[in-house]
Amino acid sequence: MSTPAITADEVAVAGPAIRQRQWMVLIRATMHQWRARIGLGIFLLMVAIALFGPLIAPHSPDAFVGAPNSPAGNGTLFGTDSLGRDVWSRFLHGGLSVLGMSLGATVIGVGLGLVVGLTAAYIGGITDEVLMRISDVFMAFPQIVLALLLVTAFGPSVPLIILIVGISTAPRVARVIRGAALQVVERDFVKAAEAVGEKRTRILFGELLPNVTSPLLVEVGLRLTYSIGLIAALNFIGDGIQPPAADWGVMINENRLAVSVQPWGVVLPILAIALLTIGTNLLTDGFARAAIGIDRGE
Amino acid sequence: MAIADQPSNPAAPTPPPEAVRVRDLKIDLVSSGDDIVEAIAIDVRAGEVLGLVGESGSGKTTVGMALMGYCRPGGRVTGGEILIDGRPLAAMTAGELRRLRGGTVSYIPQDPGTALNPALRIGTQLSEMLEAHKSQTSAADQKARIREALDEVALPNDDAFLRRYSHQLSGGQQQRVAIAMAFACRPHVIVCDEPTTGLDVTTQARVLETVRDLCRTHNVAAVYVSHDLAVVAELADSVAVMYAGRIVERGPRDAIFATPRHPYTRKLLRAVPDMEGKRAVVGIAGHAPLPGNRPNGCFFAPRCDLAIDRCLEAFPLPTEFENGHLVHCYRADEAPAELPTTGAEQAAAQAGEVVLSVEGVNGHYGSTHVLHDVTLEVRRNECVAVVGESGSGKTTLARCISGLHSHYTGDIKLGGDRLPESARRRTTQSRKQIQYVFQNPYASLNPRRTVGQTIARQLQLFGASRRDTDKRVSQCLERVSLSSAAANRYPDQLSGGERQRVAIARALAAEPALLVCDEVTSALDVSVQAAIVELLRDLRAETGLSMLFITHNLALIRTIADRVIVMTNGTIVEAGATVDVFESPSAEYTTKLLANTPTVEAALSR
Amino acid sequence: MTRFLIRRILLGLLTLLLVSIVVFAATQALPGNAARAILGRDATPARLAALTQQLHLNRSVFSQYFHWLGGIVTGSLGTSAATEQPVSSLIGGRIANSAFLVFVSAIIAIPLSISLGVWMAVRRDKPADHILSTSSLALAALPDFVIGIGLALLFATNVSHILPAVSLIPPGEHAWNVPKEVILPAATLIIAVTPYISRIMRASMVEVLESDYVTMARLKGLPNRTVIWRHAVPNAIVPAIQVSALQLAYMAGGVVLVEFVFSFPGVGAQLVDSVGNRDIPVVQALAIIIAAVYVVVNLLADLLTILVTPRLRTAGR
Repeated sequence: MSTPAITADEVAVAGPAIRQRQWMVLIRATMHQWRARIGLGIFLLMVAIALFGPLIAPHSPDAFVGAPNSPAGNGTLFGTDSLGRDVWSRFLHGGLSVLGMSLGATVIGVGLGLVVGLTAAYIGGITDEVLMRISDVFMAFPQIVLALLLVTAFGPSVPLIILIVGISTAPRVARVIRGAALQVVERDFVKAAEAVGEKRTRILFGELLPNVTSPLLVEVGLRLTYSIGLIAALNFIGDGIQPPAADWGVMINENRLAVSVQPWGVVLPILAIALLTIGTNLLTDGFARAAIGIDRGE
Repeated sequence: MAIADQPSNPAAPTPPPEAVRVRDLKIDLVSSGDDIVEAIAIDVRAGEVLGLVGESGSGKTTVGMALMGYCRPGGRVTGGEILIDGRPLAAMTAGELRRLRGGTVSYIPQDPGTALNPALRIGTQLSEMLEAHKSQTSAADQKARIREALDEVALPNDDAFLRRYSHQLSGGQQQRVAIAMAFACRPHVIVCDEPTTGLDVTTQARVLETVRDLCRTHNVAAVYVSHDLAVVAELADSVAVMYAGRIVERGPRDAIFATPRHPYTRKLLRAVPDMEGKRAVVGIAGHAPLPGNRPNGCFFAPRCDLAIDRCLEAFPLPTEFENGHLVHCYRADEAPAELPTTGAEQAAAQAGEVVLSVEGVNGHYGSTHVLHDVTLEVRRNECVAVVGESGSGKTTLARCISGLHSHYTGDIKLGGDRLPESARRRTTQSRKQIQYVFQNPYASLNPRRTVGQTIARQLQLFGASRRDTDKRVSQCLERVSLSSAAANRYPDQLSGGERQRVAIARALAAEPALLVCDEVTSALDVSVQAAIVELLRDLRAETGLSMLFITHNLALIRTIADRVIVMTNGTIVEAGATVDVFESPSAEYTTKLLANTPTVEAALSR
Repeated sequence: MTRFLIRRILLGLLTLLLVSIVVFAATQALPGNAARAILGRDATPARLAALTQQLHLNRSVFSQYFHWLGGIVTGSLGTSAATEQPVSSLIGGRIANSAFLVFVSAIIAIPLSISLGVWMAVRRDKPADHILSTSSLALAALPDFVIGIGLALLFATNVSHILPAVSLIPPGEHAWNVPKEVILPAATLIIAVTPYISRIMRASMVEVLESDYVTMARLKGLPNRTVIWRHAVPNAIVPAIQVSALQLAYMAGGVVLVEFVFSFPGVGAQLVDSVGNRDIPVVQALAIIIAAVYVVVNLLADLLTILVTPRLRTAGR
């Protein structure tokens, strides 16, 4: 709370001030909130299921273990799906694809958006105008429509979906980062760096970037949440990863016609996707709140 | 109750002697329970103006707002009593408090630009005030009252004006609207929260006059909250000085300004720049303790030259002197004898060759012509002040010189060589020679870098070897009277004055020939401002540095500048030696500026 | 202001032009034969040739683009490759259905979320605010198809059988004549967008409530009602307008999944079908229409923003 005096006539007060990097401070402050802790808990649980699920699955996801749509029992925890495969095993195998694809898309989208946003904010002028016009064009399509458009041309493939979702995410990230960076660009320390002739790249990544870490971290969380939803949706409507792959999105579509006789094939993956997105969103909100708190000096 | 509900009711019985009476007021932070202010006692009679003076964080605004039964979020009144017209606020219901605000006690905000609602017309904002307090019954009466109120503050009162929004008014007009609003319901008490802070001196002078006249005419008790001692000296009948949440001294205006007895008041007065050039400004070392961090005894003891052991034990009770002059100090008797008034040191004006020359510079912002044919020069070991009100183009000029604003024609020469317009195209050598210190030290340091990193980068840029960087950083900090421990701090761990010292240290690290100081003290408290001015003066004496000192504060430059350039509307209207400009100004504008700048000395002699 | 509007409209048109280039480039101009993409690997040379002719694939890319663009501008959207019907007659009724679905959802969701936002902000940090903002945070995270399937599970299958799980709207029938079939899809969209708008409104309102002019309004002794509705809300609503526009435009995309889940006969379900069939002319037309909705809605939001912001409204006078 107090500001330590460090003027020479009061030397006694000053000790070495140890402070971590900005993002460490942010993560600490985030973890002080109960909602963020719950979010992290849920997120880690779902990640654990996605990563280690395949190891503990009782059956192969593709093995036929009973009659189609049979109820629980007979060696199956949640019964069998519309083709007679073990619902529980397919569920345990089905998270890795959703999670892996969305992480990949998020990395591409946030990385690209960060570079574009910072550049547009700092260079300004015509460069800014052109970059923002291009992102406007991409933002004119809802992400799912853009994805479907490209799937029509190239057919569904996993690397393509990751790339498409990443690219459709980038302009949205760029907007946010540009907005955050514009406020920083206005500040005098950037002018001070210009006045002494710092190189442009150094101003971009040395002066601006460290001052947008909070919105950046929030964007990572937010975009991961949306990417999970979008990729699960593409898999669900059959334009993403293709059957017979075990995947939560694919499972929902495979089993939804028989949902009144065998609900688990739909309920389990739906719950999993819901929890995963809720977890990431609670965590993201924690980042956002912590960032506001830090900026206010709380 | 009916009495207070209708403050304009002429049938109301005679009000009690004090319109405002506060005793033992204590306001705490809700979160930690630490005191924001405590033991506050003030009295204001009808028709009297009390100046509540203090530096930032002293709690003066908190006290001002408390008079309206209002605490900003995070604060809570936990003790004492506030009586308005003899009625305790604590006993009022929510509805009574609502009618008190604006009706009996009204408020003039610090920044009318943000306090007027951007989405509502001026007329609406005035009439809703009358509606809320049912002062006028009919619509016609209401309209008439609004016109009268606007008339009193010398604003147009036609329908076209009432239909305007606040963004369509100038700063001075906005403040007049706020004043008209405050007086609309004929209040008994008015709380002015630094209402002239953002205004130019000319506008400030007119606004102050308006407030004073209205208080006199309507016999209103006013509490004028301000950090500006000169303004308070002009306006107030009595003064209360606050330090770290306590009143340390209060009494009649003349007693406080002519025979101050509290060491803090005395030091504060010596930090105020003197327009007559008779004394040098002296800063106060250290800074005020924040809530939760205040010592046991007298809060000022750690910074006080007169402190004795007793001062560290308990906060002093008031000692009373003639005319109700109350001083919270154990050594109030000795204090006046202790501090001799020093004379102003005349700056050693051994100006050398021309370092910087600006020749026929015309500057533009977009299509607006903001600098007209500006010509000036700065010599070695010389401090030239550029003085002007907002919009005078002084900051644009400073930015052109340092290559931050490249939209200009004409020549800017460093040691005889014409500089390219933009800093990016200038040579490393010329960038090194001209160093810029920004107005706001909260924005000019990268918050994500330690002080050491910031200064080290500057050393690196201008060709220092990497080997003894740490040592060089320490040396730079030493030159601005900071300990080397500051190198490990982030800017947000420093006070405003300390940050500005860091910014100066950064500039000095380049070993420049010319330091461009752009309003470097305007974001700082007066005691800190004085300390920075002292620092700059010492640096000049030691190194023979040239300085271009940009400011709106005329009084400030008297003691530091050798020559003064007065600018208005992008044009230089007067230039000359400091003494000449102050003693016998040639331009009408300068004369007006000098006349409108309030000073403690001038106010007391009146 | 007029100049700003003209500039804004021209920019919108430019965006649409660029959108058309992206749509065209993504579907037709890329390497690989669009005709083969449509017909699949085992297409006969004769069919390929016929389709190539039909899509004008044998012309230059520029000529194809301008022919196609000319068609869109004049309203002739070509012929569906899958059904060989004119695209316009194929999607006409579906556009009406989707527009109705989006309209119903928006007219409920926008006022609802703005009031919720104000309510949460006024009760900031009280239990009601905590409960509402936490649940809106959770809801905001859910992908719309998850909400749709969740609602279907609750109301149309195992838990209760109150509403139809599939929107059975006979061809030729309009959605507004069979309101029961619209309830679940509309509820899904409402649940999907309300958390966003109300959270933005809450945040904006919280900020405005801390502003100097609201403090001033309180110090003027105005009744609380007046402070909230006259002084705070008009200043807080701009971000909500902007985000409502985004959400409205988002609904145009959101309908894709919601309609698919409920087999609602609108443009969204059609888009998924056509992507499955590689029916390029239909996909192109729908993508352009959805993008145009986005551009127009954003334009309207900007206009509305100007109207409620005196500083912008009076600029240039």
